[in-house]
Amino acid sequence: MSEVGTEYQHPLMAAYWKQLNSGFPQVKEVFEDCMAEALAVLSREELSEYLDAASFLGRMGRGVEPILTFLEEWPSVAKVLGGSALPRVMQAIHAMHKSPNGKAITPFLQTLAAVARRQHSQDALQHYLDIALDLMARTTGSIHGHHTTFPSPGLPEFYQQAPFLLSNLSMAGLKNWVEYGIRNYGNHPERQQDYFSLQSADSRAVLQRERHGTLFADVERKLDLYLRALWQDSDHLVPYSTAFDELRKPVPYYDQLGIRVPDVFDDAGEISGLDRYRAVLAHMVGHRRWTEAQIADNWSPFQRMAVEFFEDCRIETLLCREYPGLRRIFLALHPKPAETACDPETTSCLRHRLAMLSRALLDPAHGYQDPALLDFVQRFHAALAAGASSTSEIAGLALSYVARTRRQSDQFAKVHFDDTVIDYRDDNRQMWKFIEEGDEEQAFDAERKIEPGEELKGLPPRHYPEWDYHSQTYRPDWASVYEALHPSGNAAKIDQLLQKHDALAKRLKRLLDLLKPQDKVRIRYQEEGSELDLDVAIRSLIDFKGGATPDPRINMSHRTSGRDIAVMLLLDLSESLNEKAAGSEQTILELSQEAVSLLAWAIEKLGDPFAIAGFHSNTRHDVRYLHVKGYSEHWNDEVKARLAAMQAGWSTRMGAAMRHAAHYLGARPSDKKLMLILTDGQPSDVDAQDERLLIEDARQAVKELDREGIFTYCISLDPKADEYVADIFGRQYTVVDNIQRLPEKLPELFMALTK
Amino acid sequence: MTDKEQYKVHQEPYYQAQGKEVQLYEAAYRNRLPVMVKGPTGCGKSRFVEYMAWKLGKPLITVACNEDMTASDLVGRYLLEANGTRWLDGPLTTAARIGAICYLDEIVEARQDTTVVIHPLTDHRRTLPLDKKGELIAAHPDFQLVISYNPGYQSLMKDLKQSTKQRFTAFDFDYPAAALETTILAKETGLDEATAGRLVKIGQTARNLKGHGLDEGISTRLLVYAATLIKDGVEPRDACRMALVRPITDDADIRATLDHAIDATFA
Repeated sequence: MSEVGTEYQHPLMAAYWKQLNSGFPQVKEVFEDCMAEALAVLSREELSEYLDAASFLGRMGRGVEPILTFLEEWPSVAKVLGGSALPRVMQAIHAMHKSPNGKAITPFLQTLAAVARRQHSQDALQHYLDIALDLMARTTGSIHGHHTTFPSPGLPEFYQQAPFLLSNLSMAGLKNWVEYGIRNYGNHPERQQDYFSLQSADSRAVLQRERHGTLFADVERKLDLYLRALWQDSDHLVPYSTAFDELRKPVPYYDQLGIRVPDVFDDAGEISGLDRYRAVLAHMVGHRRWTEAQIADNWSPFQRMAVEFFEDCRIETLLCREYPGLRRIFLALHPKPAETACDPETTSCLRHRLAMLSRALLDPAHGYQDPALLDFVQRFHAALAAGASSTSEIAGLALSYVARTRRQSDQFAKVHFDDTVIDYRDDNRQMWKFIEEGDEEQAFDAERKIEPGEELKGLPPRHYPEWDYHSQTYRPDWASVYEALHPSGNAAKIDQLLQKHDALAKRLKRLLDLLKPQDKVRIRYQEEGSELDLDVAIRSLIDFKGGATPDPRINMSHRTSGRDIAVMLLLDLSESLNEKAAGSEQTILELSQEAVSLLAWAIEKLGDPFAIAGFHSNTRHDVRYLHVKGYSEHWNDEVKARLAAMQAGWSTRMGAAMRHAAHYLGARPSDKKLMLILTDGQPSDVDAQDERLLIEDARQAVKELDREGIFTYCISLDPKADEYVADIFGRQYTVVDNIQRLPEKLPELFMALTK
Repeated sequence: MTDKEQYKVHQEPYYQAQGKEVQLYEAAYRNRLPVMVKGPTGCGKSRFVEYMAWKLGKPLITVACNEDMTASDLVGRYLLEANGTRWLDGPLTTAARIGAICYLDEIVEARQDTTVVIHPLTDHRRTLPLDKKGELIAAHPDFQLVISYNPGYQSLMKDLKQSTKQRFTAFDFDYPAAALETTILAKETGLDEATAGRLVKIGQTARNLKGHGLDEGISTRLLVYAATLIKDGVEPRDACRMALVRPITDDADIRATLDHAIDATFA
């Protein structure tokens, strides 16, 4: 590194250069400009610290990039947060420098200015730094837990995404998002990179969940009701993501497939996110009611734009006639361009003119002076005074407006965009029809044909969340459950099994007869009834003797109270079922088959609605839910055949299966709902390293079901179940130690539960 | 003999006809055909019957039916007295004796075994057997039976038997059209037409939600309540929230939507 000579004329500048003590020629090129900017915002001490910090960055041995970026970026950071923020930043840089994460310093500095603009105080910046350093500390790899040797794979990606993240997330949201990434991808470098660079699906999903503003998912029903109640309209509402399109922000629109709205709206001033959604919907409803499609071919793009502006104002005027309160919302959301903001000599002012006109058409107190504008406002109101006018009439007005106000400068490439975007309006694609095929139509929504080779087996997957006990949150749409009909086998096999347990069946039958609905409920205070109600009769007689009017309702009658229980039996079909039961020649699977057959036979005798399903899983992406018996099916050969073909394999992702089963059981109209879970081991899956994770998830599923009024009960065949089963099911479980006795235990248990 | 006069409707009730129902009812009465009035709650069924009784100058006996009502509550019963028993006519018997219009309001609320006692009165026999007393009453020539029911319950348990339904001629009422309903509000409460029109508009937003979380829309009766409150000087938005939205729903989403409709209407 060769020393560059001090050729600055000004002695101070020379002194600064000396203090910086840098040998990079690239630094020298920009030094003077940077100093000019720095001198404007930094005090004398801060300037000295600035140079020292830059000097340190230049000598770190990481090339010219860090010092160069720092020199250029810091003055603008200091402008926002004050020069006194430097020690905090340097502390973070030192921390990175001392760890193997030196590479992250450059992206950190590159985005620092953008990040700073999103912060409003040094404290907020400190939070950001804390989150980043926490991420670094927890993802930097170590060998044998002693020396940290591998750099954090996610940290540089995180810094690069930081400005975008902060524009969408609050600090708390950012923290949650980072936490999620560390917890789930802490040990997986590639996936961690994907997560922190926002490439992976769940990274985006978690981001979506943590966003600030009014989420579409939270207000969907309100919007649906809004359309129905106020506008007698309804359509499929489809959200589009606003988070990931940087270049071109999508705009609301509607077509045959539904109304497209953004997935989130921040509050705009005093207008809440919900009201912004309502404004968007009202505007589109207006088009659907009053706009007729116009032929676009003969009009220039400028003319079409003017027609769109006029038509938008026409329908908004009509909407406000319907509900005057909408005007307040529209006006609050509509930009109010200053009349002199655009210079027609140098810039294309078309958008600016039209936005002003649009404002003036809606806002009587617009205050604009332009005579052409005032003239057209007056003509617009005259056209609408008599009634609703029409799209073609208003288009005529728009065309004459374009003819009157056209300027040479409208063709300029430099277009004035400030305050001209009206974000609650849709893109008006339904307003145009094209006679000739042009290049403007889009065929995104053309129907996709399903390839003949793609055979649909079973039902499409349903996604269920999974509980993450670390963060006490749900992982959105985590487990995919595929439901299918269980393959069929030989029904005679089940009949044989039942025959084998003939003696047991007889004993059960006696118990069942006792359970059958026969308990009577008294209905008292009847004028006519089957028996005299002595208590009331005596009271009446006393009244009578005392001279008061006696109560004539001295009889009572009886009513039988029916059993009203819906039952769901969920069978764990994981690999471990293939093992032989202790002290028996049969596998656990065979014993389960016998037990389930007996139970099904018993419940059928009782007449309770009853369903059977099995489940197993092969990672969260493939949870199989096998339908054996539905509520509408009887215990017939078809069901028996499915039960006979039962096979075991894979793992036990219990929570997802329970949630899926609950969506069937929950839809039953019965008073009492019972879910029996027959399992031989703890919930586990190959993609869950943490043992507790699926146990806690199952426990959470039990709680959810409890809230839905479903009583869960576990029959565990695992002799070691005591360690975890109580954690999941509380006191609602039985451990069957002697598996050979399962066939008689299971029906007995059921009867005891429902007695 | 029971005093007929007490059952007479002396003052003209305000009723705005929606169609030809007044003439049709008069025709039914001329021929003493039993009448059934169907329609959602608060749409003016009872008011209509009251109005017709006034117009025809006949006494009106109204019975609000409920599920604890027995046949004796309609027909009559023996009362115990210190030295024996005494028979007391029920409202239906009284009406048949004195020649009144007997109006059984919300008939489906009564148990089905109760409703069959009206059967002999509703066909050509026009008699009412009092089996406990051993008397057969032939109905007075002026007697007519009117029942009302709200088919909106959509409950299997609360429907009339075919054998009961097919003894009546029927009117199907619904909430009046917007312009008519506005007139009704204005006449009934003295509110100005413009405000009344806005109330009707809010009422319609709620009626659009029937079946989407609301069992019934906002009734004309509730709109009258709201109009009365506004007439009394209550701020319109508060009056609407109190009289129109809070009574009909506990669902937060629907409440938010209707509240918004109120704000959007009363700008």
